[in-house]
Formats: sequence, structure tokens, C-alpha cells
Amino acid sequence: MKNLKNWVGEITGAFSATLKHAFAERDTVCYPAEKPDLPERWRGRIILTVTPEGEERCVACYLCSSVCPSSAITIQGAEREDDERRYAEKFEIDFTRCIFCGLCEEACPTRAIQTTNDFEMGASSRAELVYDKSRLLENHTGKYPDFDYFKRAGVPIRGKDVGEGANEKPPVDVYTLLP
Amino acid sequence: MSPWLFWPLITIAMVVVILGLILAAGFTVFGERRILGLLQNRYGPNQAGPFGLLQAIADAVKLLTKEYFLPGFVDQKLYKLAPVLVVVTVLLSFVVVPIGKGISFAADFNVGLLFILGLSSLHVYGIFLGGWSSSTKYTVLGSIRTIAQLISYELAMGVALLGVVLLSGSFSLEDIVLKQDIAYIFLQPFGFIVFFIAGIAETNRLPFDLPEAENELAAGFNTEYGGMPFAMFFLGEYLGIIFISCLTTTLYLGGWHGPWAESYPLVGVFWFALKTLALLFFFIWMRASVPRVRWDQLMSFGWKYLLPLGLVNIIATALISALWM
Repeated sequence: MKNLKNWVGEITGAFSATLKHAFAERDTVCYPAEKPDLPERWRGRIILTVTPEGEERCVACYLCSSVCPSSAITIQGAEREDDERRYAEKFEIDFTRCIFCGLCEEACPTRAIQTTNDFEMGASSRAELVYDKSRLLENHTGKYPDFDYFKRAGVPIRGKDVGEGANEKPPVDVYTLLP
Repeated sequence: MSPWLFWPLITIAMVVVILGLILAAGFTVFGERRILGLLQNRYGPNQAGPFGLLQAIADAVKLLTKEYFLPGFVDQKLYKLAPVLVVVTVLLSFVVVPIGKGISFAADFNVGLLFILGLSSLHVYGIFLGGWSSSTKYTVLGSIRTIAQLISYELAMGVALLGVVLLSGSFSLEDIVLKQDIAYIFLQPFGFIVFFIAGIAETNRLPFDLPEAENELAAGFNTEYGGMPFAMFFLGEYLGIIFISCLTTTLYLGGWHGPWAESYPLVGVFWFALKTLALLFFFIWMRASVPRVRWDQLMSFGWKYLLPLGLVNIIATALISALWM
């Protein structure tokens, strides 16, 4: 008799539990009509960004293409004629191979390659998913609005002597410290 | 009416009813998906048409346009026969169900209830042969479970129905409905419980959907079917649910009885449909609520609880009828 009471209780409990859920809030996000709320650091479509002055950040160091676990990035580096600054002549990301791990973004010393929270990249052919430089390069600074690699380099380079960079104090003249 | 007019009219009526039933089965599938969504904090299909109502049509078109594929290792004759058997037996069973006062094909058929029981056994043959002829592990396991299920609920179902037959004194469904001034659910509560549980097992619904237990057997008996033959199995299953709901309404819930149903038969159809829809909702609600039982649990439940309960019910009914009626 006690068993029977247990069984009946279990079954009616199950039925009332599902009925309660009929009046609960829906968990579904009606996606195309209602955009999901993505976190800021979402690893979506990869872009190439520029410095605040509008110059390409990428210096074709090949670190992203070396670290890429699925070999999705192809780069051809070159040097500019006028100031010998390196840049990527060709930059291709094959998004059919890309696994959106974000390692390229972590490896990038100049913060040129960045992930965005755009994931709507559907295409009707594979060739369309191979993004060349014109589709990757965007005319904004991305997540780091005032970052310029050449202004932060610790070593003297062309156009920036020691102590002239941002967040950098001029070098101490050791002779002034002498008694 | 002259026979030259009678047979064409009957044929047209049959085609209309069959199309109506198939549409009803399609919309039961749609309703099930929406209601399951409702009970599980989801929406279900809501994109095709208003409230997703055209989803049933879209599914039907998809299944109809699929390629017909015949695996090389199957027993071809039985493989082709099984889906037909499943659908035809259920469609035939609807012939004897009165949906309103005097509205039916053959509700006054004097062994209507036996006819239904026979056809339901044949229906199980369709499922069994479908799995057996596919000759792979999952389908054969599904078939074996079908038979194990059949022998454990069929007897209890028949015994439960005998109570109704005792009270009404007839095997004809029309007479049974006409006798129900008080719905038999009040006179036969245990009979109703036994019959309804057996009916769930009969339609292979959760918690007794062992022949097609998705988590264990891929798709059970219909694993090797695709396209239209699969759709026919699907149709047979949902027609079966509608049929069991109709039968329970007819036998226990008073059929088309309700206010104003005596004088206006169409109102009776409305009451009948309302009761059937309530039972259909219960079937779907149950699917959302109750987990599947093991097949040995089902067998021991059928033999140790359902059958004795049915027997006690029929003995008590017989005694009370003999003493007071």
C-alpha cells in the first residue's frame, strides 16, 4: 500500500512538474529575429586592424600563421620602399579550415589580427570563405583604440629614439647621478 | 438509394475520411511538437505559416519527395507489406467508431469490438514484420520487444473491455454509446485504467515505446525504413494514437453524449472531438512527463498488476450486474 502511494505520488508529481513548465519563460532565443547577446571576447570572424594613424598594424612576422593549429593563415611579407616598414603583401585566411581558437590573436605582437563577435559568415561556396586581405582589413583599431606597436617598442627604431615612445621615460643620464 | 449511386458515394466518402484522418495525424504530429515544446520551455516549430501550422504539410512534402531506397539485405515482400499493414489496419478500425448520433460507416456492426481487437493484433504484425524483415540487430530487437509487449498487454485489454460489454450487453459500438447515460468511466473506473494503460502500450507511446526506444535501439523496428515507407509507419503510429483516443472516448467517456447531442448530431460530433482531443493532449503530456520503463518492467506490470486488476474488475462487474440488474 505504501508502494502504491509512492508510485501515484511520483507519477502525479511528474505530470504537475511538466505542467508548471508550460507557464515558465521560454529558454529558446528566436535567433534570426532576436540576436543573441555575445560576450565581448567572443572569438568570431577574424579581422586585420590599423593603428590610430591609419597605417596597417600587421608587420608580416608570420607568428599567427606559425601558431595556427589548422594552417588556415597564408602570409606573404614585403617591405615598403620609402621607410622599410614591413607589411603583408598577401594575407589570406581560409575560414573553411579556421577553428576559431583565437591563438593567432594571442600570438600577434602588434595586435593587428583580432577576433570579432560576428559569426554570421555563411557562404554558398568554399571559395567565398577564403578571405583575402581586402576582406580582412578593416579601417579601425579594433579592441585597442590607442595602441601603436612602433611607439611602444623598447628599442630604438627608425623614427623613434630611446625614450620617445608612449609610456616611456627618457633614459637616465647616468653622469647626473654622480656625486 | 440505387446501388449505382450508393457505391460511388461510399467511395467518395471513404476517400474524404481517409484524407481527413491522414491530415489529422499530420496535425497531431505538429500539435505534439508544439505541446512538447510548451512543456519543455521551448517553442517547437513556429516558423512555417501562422503559429507554424503549415509545418505538417511541409513535413509531408519532404517525406513524399524523398528517394525510395530498398536495402539489399531485406526480405523484400514483407519489407514492403509491413508499412501498408500498419496503416490499413488502423484506418479500417475507424469504420466502426460512431462519431455522432448515426454518423459512422458501420457502427452497428454487431461484433465491432472484436473487429477492433482483431485489427489491433494485425497492426502489431505490421510492426513486427517491419522489424523482422529488415534483418538487422536493432530492428529485430525492436520486433522481439513488440511481441513481448503484445502478449503482456493484449490479454489485460480484452479483459478490461469485457466489463464494458457486460454492462452494455453488446459488442456493437453504437449500442455501447447509446447505453451510456452515465459514462462508463464512473461505472468502470478500474476497467478504464487497465484499458487506457493497455492502450498506451498498444500505440507504442511513452512510457511504453519499447519497440522504437530511440536511446537504445536507434529507431527500433523502423531503423531500415526511409522516405514514404517510414512516413507510413509514422502515420500508423499517430493514427493509432487518434484511434485509441477515439475508442476510449467511445467506450468510457460517453462517446458523442453531451448537452444537445441527442437532437443535433453535429453537436455530438463536437463533443466527441472535444473528448478525443483532451485524451490526445493527455497522450502528449504523458510523453513529456514520464520516462520509459524497461521491457521486463512492462511485462511484469502487465502480468502481475494489469491482468489481475482487470480480472477483479470483471468479476466484480459480473457479480454486481447479476445481483442488482
